[in-house]
Amino acid sequence: MIHLALQPLMQVADSQLPPTEGVFLIGTVVKMLIVFTVYMVGVAMLTLAERKISAWIQDRHGPNRVGYGWLQPAADGVKNIMKEETYPDAANLPLFILAPAISFIPAMITWAVIPFASPLPTPWGRIDMVVADLPVGFLFCLAISSLGVYGIVLAGWSSNNKYALLGGLRASAQMISYEIAMGMATVCVLLLSGNVSLSTIIQQQSTMGWNVFLLSIAFFIFLIAAFAETNRLPFDMPEAESELIAGYHTEYSAMKFSLFFIAEYANMVTASALITSLFFGGWDIPFTQWDNLPPFTVLKTVLTLGAFLTKVLFFLFFFMWIRWTLPRFRYDQLMSLGWKIMLPMALAYITIIGTVVLALDRAGIARGPTYGAIMFGMNVVLVVLLFVVLDRGRIVSPAYSRLDREEVARLRDISSGKSTLAEKNA
Amino acid sequence: MDRNYFPVLILLGFVVANAVMMLALSHFTLRAHPTPEKQVPYESGIPPLGDARERFSVKFYMVAMLFIVFDIETVFMIPWGVYFRQLSCSVPLVNGACPPAQIQFFGLGEMLVFMVILLVGYVYVWKKGALQWD
Repeated sequence: MIHLALQPLMQVADSQLPPTEGVFLIGTVVKMLIVFTVYMVGVAMLTLAERKISAWIQDRHGPNRVGYGWLQPAADGVKNIMKEETYPDAANLPLFILAPAISFIPAMITWAVIPFASPLPTPWGRIDMVVADLPVGFLFCLAISSLGVYGIVLAGWSSNNKYALLGGLRASAQMISYEIAMGMATVCVLLLSGNVSLSTIIQQQSTMGWNVFLLSIAFFIFLIAAFAETNRLPFDMPEAESELIAGYHTEYSAMKFSLFFIAEYANMVTASALITSLFFGGWDIPFTQWDNLPPFTVLKTVLTLGAFLTKVLFFLFFFMWIRWTLPRFRYDQLMSLGWKIMLPMALAYITIIGTVVLALDRAGIARGPTYGAIMFGMNVVLVVLLFVVLDRGRIVSPAYSRLDREEVARLRDISSGKSTLAEKNA
Repeated sequence: MDRNYFPVLILLGFVVANAVMMLALSHFTLRAHPTPEKQVPYESGIPPLGDARERFSVKFYMVAMLFIVFDIETVFMIPWGVYFRQLSCSVPLVNGACPPAQIQFFGLGEMLVFMVILLVGYVYVWKKGALQWD
C-alpha cells in the first residue's frame, strides 16, 4: 500500500518539465499544507506584530509577559478555544454560527492563485510555486474575496444587535463600493499584460518594469481599495470602536470571534500579496533578468521566495503603519471618496493608459525597458498633475490644509502659546 | 483530473474541514452558563430598546443597486482589457505583437462609446443625489 502511494515519487522525470499526475497531486497537497500552515502561523504572528508595532509607534512596550511577548499569540489562541460561547437572545442561530465560517473560508482560499516563487525543479519534475495556477488568475481572488462580505452581513444581521447590524451594513456598502474601483484598477494591468494569469503578469513586469512605475495611479487606487476591502484603518468603519463597539462581531465570543479575526488578517496578507504580484513584480528580483529565465534551479526558487516575502512583509508593515498615521474617515467621506473620486479617476486612467499603449504600439516601440521608461515618464507627469495641480492637497494631506491660511495661522498661534483660548473664541 | 481547478477543490475541502473543526472544538470545550443577563444583546449596558431588525437607511439599498450597474461594467471591461491588443490590430497578432502599421483605433473607440453612455448615467445618478450620503 505504502509502495503504491510512493510509486509516483519513484519515477524520475526531467526536472524542467511538468510532473506526472501523481506527483502533481502530491505536490499540490504538500504545497497547500505548507502555505496553509504558514498562513495560520503568520496570522498569529501578525497579531503580535500589530501590537508590537503599535506599541513601537506609540512609544510603549506592548505584549511582553507571555514568553517575553513571543508566546502571546499562542496564549490568545488557547484562551479563545477555552472561552465560553454566548448566544444572544433572538439571534438567528444557524446563521449566527455559519457567519464566521463564511467569513473564514473565502479568506483562506483566495491565496491559492498567488505565485510565491519561481518554479522548483525536483527529480520528479518541475513544481510550480503556486497552489492552483488557474487560467482565470487574479479574477479568482477578486471573486472569492468578495464572498467574504456575506459572512460580515450575516454576522451583523443574525446577532440581533444594533451595533452589529450597523457594522454589517456599513461593511457591505463599503466593500462593494470599493470593489468597483479595485476592479477598474486591475483593468489597467490587463491592458499591459493582456492576460489575467498572475504568472503572466509577473513575467510582463520583469521585462517592462514594475507596474507601480508604469501604472502608478492604478496602484494608488488599488492600494486605497485594498484598505477599504480589508476594513483596515483609515476605513475601518465596520468596526469603528468609538462608534460601534466592535461592529459586526460585537456579539461573538470564543472561537467564532477568532475566525473573524483570522479572516481579517488573512485578507490583509492576501491583499498585500496581490498588490505585490500586480504592481511590484511578484517574486521578481529587481534589476536582474536572471531569476526569470530558465533553467529553474533551487537557488532561484529560494531567492525569489525571499524577494516575494520581503515585499509582502513590507506591505503588511505598511498596513499597520497607516493605522497609526491616518485618522478614521467619516462614513460619508468614505462613500464619496469611493464613488465620486476613485471611480471617475479609474475610468479616466483606463482611457489614458489605453491611448498611450495604442500610441506607443503605433510608434513601433517594442514592449521592453524603453516602453516602460516612457510609461513611467507619463505617470510622473500624471501624478504631479493629480496631486499638485488638481488636488492641491485636499484629499491626500492632513486636515489642516482644508482650512484657510488665516485659520491655520491662528490655530498655530494658540498651540504655540502666543495666543490664548479666550482670543480664539473672540 | 483537471490540473487547474482540482487543487482549488482540495483546498476548499481542507479549509471547510478546518472551519468546522475550529467551531466544533470551541463548541465541545465550552462551559455554557447562560444567564438571562448574559444573553441580552449588548447595548452599552442599558436594556435593549426594541428589536435590531428594524428598517434602516434606504441609502444602503441605493449603493447596492449602483454597485450592480458599475460592477457589471467592470466585468465587461476585463475581457476588453485582455483582448485589447487584438482589438486594436486590424490583422491577427504576430507572436503576440501587432505590426505598427496595422494599429487601429477600433478597440479603444468602442470602449469610449461605452464609457460615454455610462458617464451619462453616472452624471444623472450624481445629480439625483444618489451618491450623496448625509
